[in-house]
Amino acid sequence: MPVSPKQARTLKHRSWVAFLVVPPIVFMSLFVVYPILSAFAYAFYEWRGLARGEFIGLANFREVLFGATMGPVVWNAFLHNVYALVALMIIQNGGGFFLAWLLYKEPFGFRFHRVAVFVPVVLSTIIVGFLWKLFLNPNFGIVNQALYSVGLDSLAKPWLGDSSTALGALILANAWHFIGFPTLVYLAGMQRIPSEIVEAARLDGTTEWQLLKGIVWPLVAPSTTILFTLLFIGAFNWFEIPYVMVGLDGSPFGTTDVLGLVFYRTAFGNQSASIQNFGQGSALATLLFLFIVVFASMLTLWLRRREIQF
Amino acid sequence: MRGLTMNLTRRMLMGVAMGGYLLSAGAAMAKTELTFWSWRQEDKTFYQDIIKKFQEKEPDISVKFETYAPENYQTILSTALAAGRGPDVIQARAYGNLESIATPGYLLALDKQNVPELANFPDSALAAETLRSDSKVYAVPFAMQAQLVVYNKKIFKDAGVNPPKTWDELMALCQALKAKNINPFSNGTATAWQNETIVGGLLSSMLGKQFEEDIVSGKANFTDPRFVNALTKLKDVSQYFAPNFTGVDYPSSQQLFVAGRAAMFAGGSYEVANFKNQNPTLDLGVFPAPVLKAGDEALIATYYDGGYAVNAKSDKKDAALKFVRFLATPEYGTAFTNTLKNLSPIKGIKIEDPITQEVAKLAEHSMSYLMLVRFRYQEPSGSVLLQSNVQKMLAGQQTPEQAAAEINKGVATYYKPFQK
Repeated sequence: MPVSPKQARTLKHRSWVAFLVVPPIVFMSLFVVYPILSAFAYAFYEWRGLARGEFIGLANFREVLFGATMGPVVWNAFLHNVYALVALMIIQNGGGFFLAWLLYKEPFGFRFHRVAVFVPVVLSTIIVGFLWKLFLNPNFGIVNQALYSVGLDSLAKPWLGDSSTALGALILANAWHFIGFPTLVYLAGMQRIPSEIVEAARLDGTTEWQLLKGIVWPLVAPSTTILFTLLFIGAFNWFEIPYVMVGLDGSPFGTTDVLGLVFYRTAFGNQSASIQNFGQGSALATLLFLFIVVFASMLTLWLRRREIQF
Repeated sequence: MRGLTMNLTRRMLMGVAMGGYLLSAGAAMAKTELTFWSWRQEDKTFYQDIIKKFQEKEPDISVKFETYAPENYQTILSTALAAGRGPDVIQARAYGNLESIATPGYLLALDKQNVPELANFPDSALAAETLRSDSKVYAVPFAMQAQLVVYNKKIFKDAGVNPPKTWDELMALCQALKAKNINPFSNGTATAWQNETIVGGLLSSMLGKQFEEDIVSGKANFTDPRFVNALTKLKDVSQYFAPNFTGVDYPSSQQLFVAGRAAMFAGGSYEVANFKNQNPTLDLGVFPAPVLKAGDEALIATYYDGGYAVNAKSDKKDAALKFVRFLATPEYGTAFTNTLKNLSPIKGIKIEDPITQEVAKLAEHSMSYLMLVRFRYQEPSGSVLLQSNVQKMLAGQQTPEQAAAEINKGVATYYKPFQK
């Protein structure tokens, strides 16, 4: 049967689409979907090391959430994740918003600052973690040295060893690392606001605060949606900075423990102290995944609704 | 889905094995080639020398030594074993970690018939490689480690002090050093597991062998006055640790000692070789945990690192056993101890290094490194409990009584003798 030119075009078009779509789908299924599904399946079995044992239904999930040993550890870590989320929302995203506003107004040297603020984001998290660990070293770190040199000896602390400051120190290190990202996204959002709106507001004699609150903040809502959602996901998957700076145990005595560390310790074991339990690790990973998917979707939907078209 | 994983893994491993086979086929047609896995990349030269020595005796067997990063070793090994593959000879760990690969039946049980050289080992070493459920030995032990106190002889000499025998002497010594502006200990508690090594290095003599026996039999638990008092003493001496010790992590505390800025380091015998590598001018000595009153037995806390095991599914078991038997001879133990400066548990070895000799002598009076040896089989492991609760106690956030009670509560959730 002869093929009409139109049919040939469609065929060509279709094979082109297939060529573009199939490889990523295969890649995603093999390296993303399949591992997630197998982790889900693993969670229903008992494990001896890496040898799969009996099917035990929901026992792993029960132990992770309510067990006498795992339960308190998991909830303790969960609270720290929530704490980090709230603190980073204020410091990292809030700080980013104000930094963006400063850069938006193009002060002297703004081109330099625009780059400078983003540089830490480019550094590897592992390097940032080690760097801050050195800065915060109680005896030769620059933070304490700086305090000593200006006579504030009483404020010097073993930052990462003190249970009242350790988690805060991790959060600040994280904010230092990533604040350039919200700054850049907000800056782009602000530059998208039509200048006549801002000028009109200025002509009407609005104060800076009214301008920020009434015009800029609502009009950068799409940026807020993205940033809040990403931070939510990041805060509950938080691992690298705590791992590098305080180790797998959430030292000191669990006061910096987060779910990522608990998962790693549980699934792969902690060389220096514990044994591996793949089933409970998978159960925790599954719960964490479901939690993030459900809440991140709800958060996105809610944030989307407050976005304004212009 | 399981079938799919098995197939994939199996195919990949078969591919790898096949590749290895093809590569070696030309050279080793008549030879039996064994693979030997380890996590000790840094000991590669040593093992290659050993393999050469072995081949002088068994020219028909060749051994391929392969290493993996320590943090991934257990995972890679158990994955390979679960797929029915893995190396012929395995460097395995001890205690709880050994159980995770021995329980599923991946390892060949060893006894006086297939490895007569097991007679060369003390019982405590074999116990480290014994599965609790069937009381069979699954690996030939390779190194004994001890927790004790390492000290800088030069600093001691300059300050005119001697290693302490009793706890009071230790406290007086610390005071004397402090008065001369010397940090007595370089230890810090920011790295969780350091709290366990500190307890082993400083408190073993005050706890005593009897305490260990009573814990094992259930006559005593961790709320016992011996344990609480020892923790109280530890809290006392912690004022002489590194400045701001709660924020000093393991590498920082090592550096402090290596740089000669502290007189003592409570920790593992394995630190000595490490310290010497970083600063060869250091003149070091070791002493056991100080005793409560003169006349008590001074102890160090010992444990075994791991052993050499044979893969139960290997089709070259005879050759693998020959190699493992070689790794159990005094000749091997002597080479191991003198090259790697780690004490081999094999009886009748000749030690050259004076500090290793000293450690070997101290080991005649020892108790177990308790939490690792007895309580690292279930969660919450005794080690996790000890580490975090001692860390909390030394940070001043709980009393020794509270720390002891917490540790006891955690262990009692699964340890039958405490549940009576």
